Amino acid sequence: MNIWQQITKKRSFEDSSVLESILSYLILGIWAFICIFPIYWVLVTSVKEPHVVNQGPFYIPFVDFQPSLHAWEFVFMQESMNTLRPFFNTVIISLISAFITLLIGSMAGYALVRIHYRPKIVSIACFILILILAILLITRMGLDWRMVLTSGTAIFLLFIFTLSRRFKASLGNNDIGFWMISQRILPPVVVVIPVYIFYQQLGILDTYLAMVITYVAINIPIVVWLMRDFFFSIPVDLEENAALDGASRYRIFTTIVLPLSKPGLSATFMLVLILCWNEYLLSLFISMTDTQTLPLMIASMNTTRGPQWWYMSVIIILMIIPVILIALFLYRFIVRGLLVGAIKG
Amino acid sequence: MTQSNSIEERLDRQAPAVFIMPAVLIVLCFSIFPLIVSLFVSLSRLKFVRGGIEAKYIGFLNFKKLLFGSQQYHFLGKFDQLTTTGYVIMSVFVILILVWFYRYFRSINFSLVGTIGRFVVATGLFFLLMLTLINLTTPKGLPGTLVVTLTYVILGVIFQFQIGLGLALLCVKKIRGRSFFRMVFFIPMMITPVGIAYLFRMLTDMTKGPFAPVVMWLGMEETSWAVIPWGARIAVMIGDAWQWIPFMFIVLLAGLESLPTEQKEAAIMDGAGSWQIFRDITWPTLLPVIVTIILIRLIEAFKIIDLPNVMTNGGPGIATESLSLHSYFNWRTMDLSGSAAVGYLLMVVAVFICLSFVSLVKKQVEIAQQ
Repeated sequence: MNIWQQITKKRSFEDSSVLESILSYLILGIWAFICIFPIYWVLVTSVKEPHVVNQGPFYIPFVDFQPSLHAWEFVFMQESMNTLRPFFNTVIISLISAFITLLIGSMAGYALVRIHYRPKIVSIACFILILILAILLITRMGLDWRMVLTSGTAIFLLFIFTLSRRFKASLGNNDIGFWMISQRILPPVVVVIPVYIFYQQLGILDTYLAMVITYVAINIPIVVWLMRDFFFSIPVDLEENAALDGASRYRIFTTIVLPLSKPGLSATFMLVLILCWNEYLLSLFISMTDTQTLPLMIASMNTTRGPQWWYMSVIIILMIIPVILIALFLYRFIVRGLLVGAIKG
Repeated sequence: MTQSNSIEERLDRQAPAVFIMPAVLIVLCFSIFPLIVSLFVSLSRLKFVRGGIEAKYIGFLNFKKLLFGSQQYHFLGKFDQLTTTGYVIMSVFVILILVWFYRYFRSINFSLVGTIGRFVVATGLFFLLMLTLINLTTPKGLPGTLVVTLTYVILGVIFQFQIGLGLALLCVKKIRGRSFFRMVFFIPMMITPVGIAYLFRMLTDMTKGPFAPVVMWLGMEETSWAVIPWGARIAVMIGDAWQWIPFMFIVLLAGLESLPTEQKEAAIMDGAGSWQIFRDITWPTLLPVIVTIILIRLIEAFKIIDLPNVMTNGGPGIATESLSLHSYFNWRTMDLSGSAAVGYLLMVVAVFICLSFVSLVKKQVEIAQQ
């Protein structure tokens, strides 16, 4: 047996030959390098002096060049930079919206698993019809939107409690779930202009409230979808026993279901937190100065003097460190959360 | 006491509605309502006046402008006569479509709705392919934002899927330090696209970036990718791929790991090669997962805006401008209704491509799952 055969020989099904495993390590190593190198480069750039950056590429601090913390000092100390405000904006907005999304989304997800809904097709059609009529009346006829809203709601409720009982055709829980997840296909650009006009009419543009509502709305489908799959895996016996003992649905939900689903909840929370943290397009439209978030701040740093890479690197690092920490510590949970939908679907 | 009891009871009876209503209402407010309003906005001319907005109904003028009028070069690009390559590709496509229809008519489950659906898919794909060809393969043609977005979506998703699948197949073997690799691969997915855009601008700087020595060695330090249309597009696509290959990888790896091993072992006993095993066993059982993640990526890829906006600002010219960015630029110049019209067309194209994809692969998945 020559050497070549020895190298490529397989020992068992699971084992791969030496050559094969060297090759796989090589490719995996290259890819890991591709993943990490950009992050390393920002880190290095953030401790470079401007003239060092401009002289060309230098790779290793202390060997190639003398690192300095001038950019870090500037970003944090300089009043004109005002870094902390966008940072706190982002923290507050993402935390609050992740929390509210999780609450509302997991309630809906739980309801879709344990309660049977039968929304009537006629009612839905009626609702959409009234909505179109209302918008027509407001935009074309110039009626006051408050009046239209109240009368529209009244007509709709009247319809639900009287005429709609005659019709039987209805949808099920799966349809509601599908409808929710299908919202992801809507490009945010289509939605954002009416939302902008809506906020402008309400006078809440550029407030925390507007940002939080928007983020909650765009992330709810994901939460409903993930939590629904998670609640499927919780045994129903405990809840049934509690219901026999006379506990209400709210009690069952808060004292039994939520504590049991802590892993799923924390994974989904982190995922939504990251999505809110990174959100760019919607904040581009809705926020201006008061609620400016970090992605917007980075994007607006391209000044007339050309990009100042050293300051930008610092802010990029500020922006990605929390996310990377979350990803490193909780990646197992997040991956599981991400996979539930994809693998089962 | 009795009062509060009855309130509690009533609340309990309403529990089903209380649980689901908040979510339904919020999603309604942010999808159905804006969709209808957006349609009205795109059909009218909006003006900012004191204390609000004034709308004037102008019919399909905004859409007409994009499809046939002064904005046509921006949305659809510049046209030219098809070249030989274009004709060859078109005829191959037409033959494939005819075969597809022939097989459908020969099958048992043949229906009127199915035929109409397939006809719509075929016509839509025909026009999109035609547009792409006259924009990209002809000497005078220039792609508009529609074709640029399609390039990002289709080329990008294919490329990301290929590499993700390759890495996952490598990683599924018993390799030491696997969890380390997985964790590292996971990081790019979590970084904001704006950050990634700046990262890649730094990295691709021809004179100060880390690859400057390579560029110098190739003797290209005078050229810049930012002024070559395809260079800029590829740069954007590389940034996108850097972020999303890990997602493909992680999902495919989980899918590969959940496959049963008995079949594979039996096949190895029978002396099947690794390519044969992949084609006959791994691919069919993995197909549902593959279809799902490609669909997820298709949906998300249509929304691309941050990378071209930050890396190239849509330039050179409009070479890297995606539809979302086109819509945003319109909005920034206070052309609200033009912006809504572009957004609406983007939605139509995105929904059409996703539905076509599902309808094209549905049969394969059904066969594979049996």
